[in-house]
Amino acid sequence: MAESSSLFWATFKRDLTLAFRHKGDMVNPLVFFLIAITMIPLALGPEKAVLMRIAPGIIWVMALLATLLSLDHLFRSDFDDGSLEQLLISPYPLSLTIIAKVAVHWLATGLPLTLLAPVLGVMLSLPLIAFKALVWSLLLGTAVMSLIGSVGAALTVGLRKGGVLISLIVMPLYIPVLIFGASAVQTAAQGGVYTMQLAVLGAGLAIALVFAPLAAAGALRVSVNG
Amino acid sequence: MNWQWFHRLGSPRWFYEKTDAWVPWLMVLAWGLLLVGGIWGLGFAPEDAKQHNSYRILYIHAPVAFISMSCYYIMAISGAIGLIWKMKLPYMVMKAAAPIGLGLTIVVLATGSIWGKPTWGTWWEWDARLTSYLILSFLYLGIIALQQAFQNRDTADKASAILALVGTVNIPIIYKSVDWWYTLHQPATLKLVGKSTINPAMLYPLFVMIIGFYVFFTLVLILHTRTEILRRESRTQWVKDLVSGKKEGVQP
Amino acid sequence: MKFQFDSLDAFIHMSGHGIYVWTCYFIVYSILIFLTVSPLLQKKMFIKQQKKWQQLQQNNQQP
Repeated sequence: MAESSSLFWATFKRDLTLAFRHKGDMVNPLVFFLIAITMIPLALGPEKAVLMRIAPGIIWVMALLATLLSLDHLFRSDFDDGSLEQLLISPYPLSLTIIAKVAVHWLATGLPLTLLAPVLGVMLSLPLIAFKALVWSLLLGTAVMSLIGSVGAALTVGLRKGGVLISLIVMPLYIPVLIFGASAVQTAAQGGVYTMQLAVLGAGLAIALVFAPLAAAGALRVSVNG
Repeated sequence: MNWQWFHRLGSPRWFYEKTDAWVPWLMVLAWGLLLVGGIWGLGFAPEDAKQHNSYRILYIHAPVAFISMSCYYIMAISGAIGLIWKMKLPYMVMKAAAPIGLGLTIVVLATGSIWGKPTWGTWWEWDARLTSYLILSFLYLGIIALQQAFQNRDTADKASAILALVGTVNIPIIYKSVDWWYTLHQPATLKLVGKSTINPAMLYPLFVMIIGFYVFFTLVLILHTRTEILRRESRTQWVKDLVSGKKEGVQP
Repeated sequence: MKFQFDSLDAFIHMSGHGIYVWTCYFIVYSILIFLTVSPLLQKKMFIKQQKKWQQLQQNNQQP
């Protein structure tokens, strides 16, 4: 058991170091998030009333898209240099390794998105009362999305042009997360109570934490051996 | 326990030869039911008090909705069987089911949308059912896209089986979420068929159609699987014999 | 069980919703026919193709 936990931390540390070496992979989704949000007032006009109305949903959709963009490189560099194969033949549980990788992915992508979101909320005139809901819903939601996304990444890591395919596969699975996440912010913006939505997201996180690594492990085995 | 019958089920050749006899019967039964049910629903079922005669679309919309959903589960279960028992035939069934399911789901959306026009006044309404079926079509598209992306057929089979299973777990979650989302945003609930007039005379043709559609689905799934079997097993002797006509009694 | 419409005209008209009902039935039955016929056609094409290929093989084996 101690071995497994040390493997977890070893993978975690290694991946975290690698993530910081490829700062581009970390920054790009954030830049996308920012630029994409900017498109909205450019397309719809700067009227605050309109922006305020759509801000919860738009920020959530853009965060979802930014997460999608970041999924491809979850396993890719390990696949390319052969270290993924090594992980597969090691005697340690693959699911644990995957959780470590997803944790790093979330720290490098989901968490920064969540922290940037309030800035974008200001830009879209999101009501002040909704900011707490925004951060909490994204905190939970991006974690779920990283987990679910890892399954899509695992299925397509063996393909050369996995990019758009991952989005196609993963987006339908993100829809429940989007519904409850955006609703939390929307409800908060209207002065309501949003604990239910957060609870659902929390439950989703718990379920995803158990099942996603298993599915991703199976998918990795198929992709690498194929 | 003799598991021989189970493993025989895994043999594509056995399936192909067994279904030779079934196909004509299924053809007659399915189309018979569909034609009888269709005419019954169109001409002999009583008029609805609220929707008058546009409700007759129900007789094709609802059964197709049932089978397009069932098709996904059949597809996922076949994939699971293939993954667990490493059999060839279930993967062929899964591959055959995907485009059938997608086509049927699109039909659900089209008929639902067309029915919506006289009922709600608009060509599209983001109600729970239509939205759920739209997402179902995305799930099908994802599986088909994933299957096409791999060059190695084995990998394609296994990967899409995993995706199908992940999708299966998500379908109830998606459905519940969309349902909740819809009630959140709709001030008044719109119903597709007025509850005030469920005349039993309306239900009989519906049952005929539902059964007819399920038989039809079985027929079509078998037909598509048979073609897939021939394609995949083209290098085997029995298929070569079949093609050249050497095998007696079995018509290509 | 009686026929619900007074005339063929009424049947086609479907109390003003004729175009919707008939379009739907047309779409559905067309798809049903397509789903039934296409695998059979594909099978025919496959067999034709394989027969040709077999004949080519036989011709190549005869010097």
